[in-house]
Amino acid sequence: MITVGMDLGTQRVKAVILKNDTVVSRGQAFSGFDPTKAAEQAVGEALKKANLKISDVAYFVATGSAMEMAPYANSTVSMMGADAKAGVHIFPKARTIIDVGAEEARAVKCDKKGVMVDFVVNERCAAGAGAFIEAMARALEVKLEEMGPLSLKAERASPINASCVIFGESDVVSLIHRQESKPEIARAVFDAMADRISSMVHRLGVNPDVVLVGGVAKDVGFVASLKRKLGVDVLIPEFPDFAGALGAALAAASRAKEGQK
Amino acid sequence: MKEPSTIKDEVEFWRWREYHRVVQGKKWTSKDIITAGVDVGSVSSKAAIMINGEAYSWGITRTGSNSPESAKKALDWALEGTGLKLSDFKYIVGTGYGRVNVPMANKAVTEIACHAKGANYIWGPSVRTVLDVGGQDIKAIRSDETGRVVSFLMNDKCAAGTGRGMEVFADLLKIPIEEIGEISLKVDQEPPPVSCTCVAFAKTEAMGLFRKGWSKEKVLAAYTRAMAVRMANLIDRVGLEKELVITGGQSKNIGIASRIEVILGVKCLPMPNWRENGLDPMIAGALGAALFAKALYEKAQKS
Repeated sequence: MITVGMDLGTQRVKAVILKNDTVVSRGQAFSGFDPTKAAEQAVGEALKKANLKISDVAYFVATGSAMEMAPYANSTVSMMGADAKAGVHIFPKARTIIDVGAEEARAVKCDKKGVMVDFVVNERCAAGAGAFIEAMARALEVKLEEMGPLSLKAERASPINASCVIFGESDVVSLIHRQESKPEIARAVFDAMADRISSMVHRLGVNPDVVLVGGVAKDVGFVASLKRKLGVDVLIPEFPDFAGALGAALAAASRAKEGQK
Repeated sequence: MKEPSTIKDEVEFWRWREYHRVVQGKKWTSKDIITAGVDVGSVSSKAAIMINGEAYSWGITRTGSNSPESAKKALDWALEGTGLKLSDFKYIVGTGYGRVNVPMANKAVTEIACHAKGANYIWGPSVRTVLDVGGQDIKAIRSDETGRVVSFLMNDKCAAGTGRGMEVFADLLKIPIEEIGEISLKVDQEPPPVSCTCVAFAKTEAMGLFRKGWSKEKVLAAYTRAMAVRMANLIDRVGLEKELVITGGQSKNIGIASRIEVILGVKCLPMPNWRENGLDPMIAGALGAALFAKALYEKAQKS
């Protein structure tokens, strides 16, 4: 049975195709101003890779901040629900799933079946999401993907006001004028962000195993800072940015089975 | 070849008027106690000169990347047209975010104490609650009839509602910052406040509202409303006691002040006519600092 999960995020739409609970392909596209079109592209790419057609798909489930704009969707699943499903599917011992995306961060507590028990979320402040790293990379004039490796070269963090993207930007500019080291500034950015995420997770309770997903999980600098702040090991799947889509695809599979009964 | 005099695309909507003023009809002699307060904020630097504890002149300028230079620029501007020299000052107090970087100051005093003192000077002894909206933080201060601080609360972790945040928003909507308050009131009906107040997300938030067919005025009203709610909450938490006044750059934003009045159900004391001959609420901190300077000088003379 073929099912598809779509995660319509603020920056990118991700799609995952499952065949009998195993991932067969993935696709993605930039959300831009038309998430519906982006989702069609992402699903189209994934289908093409798997040599499948829309009509082969038994069930579609959408998730993500623009899930109500998803094409094809038979139903939707909350972002927290999708995180929990995907986290436990990949790491059966996972009980805390942290998802850090471009404009949002959340932590989900779940049981061994991958059912969400509780969650916390930050969607109001850019300082606790990927947008913060992007803004600081712009201010530092380094590429986004260079931020992580750069920060790992630092032994300490620069003193910056990293509680707010707007204040952080002006602080970074004046630090550059003072010729402060870029690695130390980058490290300060990740430390501050990890601080925020870690205090958010603490409100929920840190129950191992802890899994980190979302686009920001691909950033080695953030991962290093988060491990330091949380004081526990953090597991990261091979495709952390596709976790939401995987969770949706898993939900699609179980809903399709329910329907067959 | 002639250069074009203005390029429309490069209008700086965030830019506010820098100015200086000397109070008309006041004279000084070398016997007077001449003091100054220099308030170096994150966005603007203000200097106020007092003669025997009475406001005489002031200067307001943008803070540059170098705090000592900004302090000097503000004080030089306050001195302009007064005939005073630096050596005429009996005592100078520095305050504000950059107070430790005021080279000519004899002492530094926190801006919270200075704003309470300055508000007491501008509006008189009935002031009990001061909302100071600065470039980089928002403070709600409770004071007694002498202008002494009783308690305060501060939000310095987030740009929403601060002067800096408003500058970003003015640029985004392409509305000159000095008109932002008036324009935010040009709506038939007050829209609900925006749900997300983060300045970094303001662009996305505003775009979404424009797509829904909202006018610029309506978007601005919703954003200003959200800022006013944040400020009113801070005042509520510190405990509102009448009379209420607003100091700092945002005191000039009528959109903020009038909404705070509606939310809290109280009137602020009227704004002095700073454009003509009244004191500017933006220099409350500098005035307070100049008053502290006088008190510190007198104390030193006695001992």
